[in-house]
Amino acid sequence: MTDVPPTDALAIKRPFRWHILVFLAPAFLVYTAIMILPLVETLRLSLYNLVDGKTVFVGLNNFITLFSDPRLAANFWNALWNNLIFFVIHMLVQNPIGVALAAMLSVPKLRFATFYRTAIFVPTLLSFVIVGFIWKLILSPIWGIAPGMMDWVGLKWMFAPWLGKPESALITVSLISVWQYVGIPMMLIYAALLNIPDEVLEAAECDGITGWSQFWKIKLPLILPSIGIISILTFVGNFNAFDLVYTVQGALAGPDGSTDILGTLLYRTFFGFQNQMGDRSMGATIATVMFLIILAGVSLYLFVIQRRIRRYQF
Amino acid sequence: MTRLLKGMFFATTMFAPAGAALAQDASLTIESWRNDDLSIWQEKLIPAFEAKNPGIKVTFAPMAPTEYNSAVNAKLEAGTAGDLITCRPFDLSLAMFQKGQLAPLNDLDGIKNFSDTAKSAWTTDDGKTTFCVPMASVIHGFIYNKKAFEELKVEVPKTEDEFFALLDKIKADGNYIPLAMGTKDQWEAATMGYYNIGPNDWKGEEGRKALIAGTQKLTDADWVEPYKTLAKWKPYLGDGFEAQTYPDSQNLFTLGRAAIYPAGSWEIAPFKAQADFEMGAFPPPVKKAGDTCYISDHNDIGIGLNAKGKNPEAAKKFLAWVASPEFATLYANSLPGFFSLNSTAVKMEDPLAQEFVSWRQNCKPTIRPSAAIVGRGQPNLDLEMWRVSANVINGSETPEQAAAETQKGLDSWYKPAK
Repeated sequence: MTDVPPTDALAIKRPFRWHILVFLAPAFLVYTAIMILPLVETLRLSLYNLVDGKTVFVGLNNFITLFSDPRLAANFWNALWNNLIFFVIHMLVQNPIGVALAAMLSVPKLRFATFYRTAIFVPTLLSFVIVGFIWKLILSPIWGIAPGMMDWVGLKWMFAPWLGKPESALITVSLISVWQYVGIPMMLIYAALLNIPDEVLEAAECDGITGWSQFWKIKLPLILPSIGIISILTFVGNFNAFDLVYTVQGALAGPDGSTDILGTLLYRTFFGFQNQMGDRSMGATIATVMFLIILAGVSLYLFVIQRRIRRYQF
Repeated sequence: MTRLLKGMFFATTMFAPAGAALAQDASLTIESWRNDDLSIWQEKLIPAFEAKNPGIKVTFAPMAPTEYNSAVNAKLEAGTAGDLITCRPFDLSLAMFQKGQLAPLNDLDGIKNFSDTAKSAWTTDDGKTTFCVPMASVIHGFIYNKKAFEELKVEVPKTEDEFFALLDKIKADGNYIPLAMGTKDQWEAATMGYYNIGPNDWKGEEGRKALIAGTQKLTDADWVEPYKTLAKWKPYLGDGFEAQTYPDSQNLFTLGRAAIYPAGSWEIAPFKAQADFEMGAFPPPVKKAGDTCYISDHNDIGIGLNAKGKNPEAAKKFLAWVASPEFATLYANSLPGFFSLNSTAVKMEDPLAQEFVSWRQNCKPTIRPSAAIVGRGQPNLDLEMWRVSANVINGSETPEQAAAETQKGLDSWYKPAK
């Protein structure tokens, strides 16, 4: 212990490193101003409400109203349920397809691999407004090309105004979103697959594990951490989703609220719609609940699932 | 750096007086949801006003209709709204007035040019204070393709039976979609459907007032009947009407692919610009020949004064001009289909607009039932009616369920005065 030099001697040798603070400041300030403050303000607003024209602290009353008022509660549970379906469709369709595409792209003999990779990734870069309107047009029973194209292959009878039917609207919107974002899991998995050292694969081949069983037994366990990251990104993205539903189905998220997810419910409640006035406190309350849902999901992943995923060091 | 600073000082000292000189002129901003009318305001209405009132500059600043109310409310609260606020009828504007955001206009020059009925949409419940200058009303009915009617040798229907017989005939012919309407955007189902044909069933003002008084309910036969009629429209709508949007319907009709368009008179001007065939119009058909007809003649648009505006004097001048017969003539002719509420008779040149207005002579006018008093609470009755009307046409709800749902929503907050 006596060997340790006195701390003040260290301080003299190392002057306070101001440049660290200076370099951190812009990011810290910008992030605080546009992310942390609004978040704190939203959480605060959910505890206040207008009473006789004045903003008053009401404790958890807004939350009690949200869950006890029959209309608000019905809207909220409907939106949460739809959001869950939206998420499940992404998990069942987008991520497996992403993994499959990545696995195919990483086959060394595949021709035009770069072209496919780019083509599949491009929709992700498009604005949701463009994606929404393109798909709305494609699927339009009046002007769309979907009915005509299905007619060519004799499937006209299967065509329906999917976006206008309560039973199919949510699935259709989810699949549009899958189409747009499937490039992200593909890219992440593709990168993870490329990271697997050749020695591991060669060793597997020496042991007689090739083809499908190589994918299931060697590659998949090695990319599991990436799949975990993708799942959590999908979860956060889906529970914050709003834009695509808004452009395709409008703020009412019709027909009959069947595509209403938490984001559109929040929008209508906070900003109002047509003759319905905006209610900022209730909007902030819904935003807070969304925040808590996402926080719970992410925590579950970080503290329960991520710790059990085995990581391999090469 | 110092040079830049010097330049800035120079600029401020040089240009500051110019800014002060400009400030003597008043500039007014009109907040509105009528983005379709932007060019008419910019090219016809505002120049006419500015020519007479040098020194006042007017800007028309419209935004998306569905976002208008929340946006303008937020602006009013933050104090950034323009001096002139376009008023939705009845409860929405009344709420603004009660919050002190709109100024009373009882002593405005020209407010006497309007009848009490015209002012009713923008007057307090006790009838004492008016807070917006009435601008126009819109009338509901059906616009039809005259060429199609001639080809099929059919006549304008007078009764509901004739109406459905006509639809059958158009459908059997197969060349035209009988009715151009979709349910995707929901509001047409209520606005062009329920509010359009309903007054014949609930007997216009009689039923509307009884609903407010609580002597009738939305579940009464008179209020369920229009839903039943709407449900019968389903087979006559185009393929995939569930995903057909409002612009889709407009285009189907103006391209000549549909024969009849359930309409509001505001469609006249855009339809005139788009369609290359003659159009006619007929009022909602009555149940039996000889029944009194009722039409929805809805006070739709007014204009008020921001109580905390920056240029109240200039804004009042503008409002007085809006209340003048000169504006009424100019407006009604630039925007046929928006009918002036001014007591001075306005001469309109558009034959289709004249057709709509002519119904006022025989039919009893009423306003949309969800607009006044029963439209004040949560859930909003208007939005509820959008939703259930679309459901009824889609077949996902029966007329009785639809009526029961709206009545339940109304019961949850509305207690009629006994």
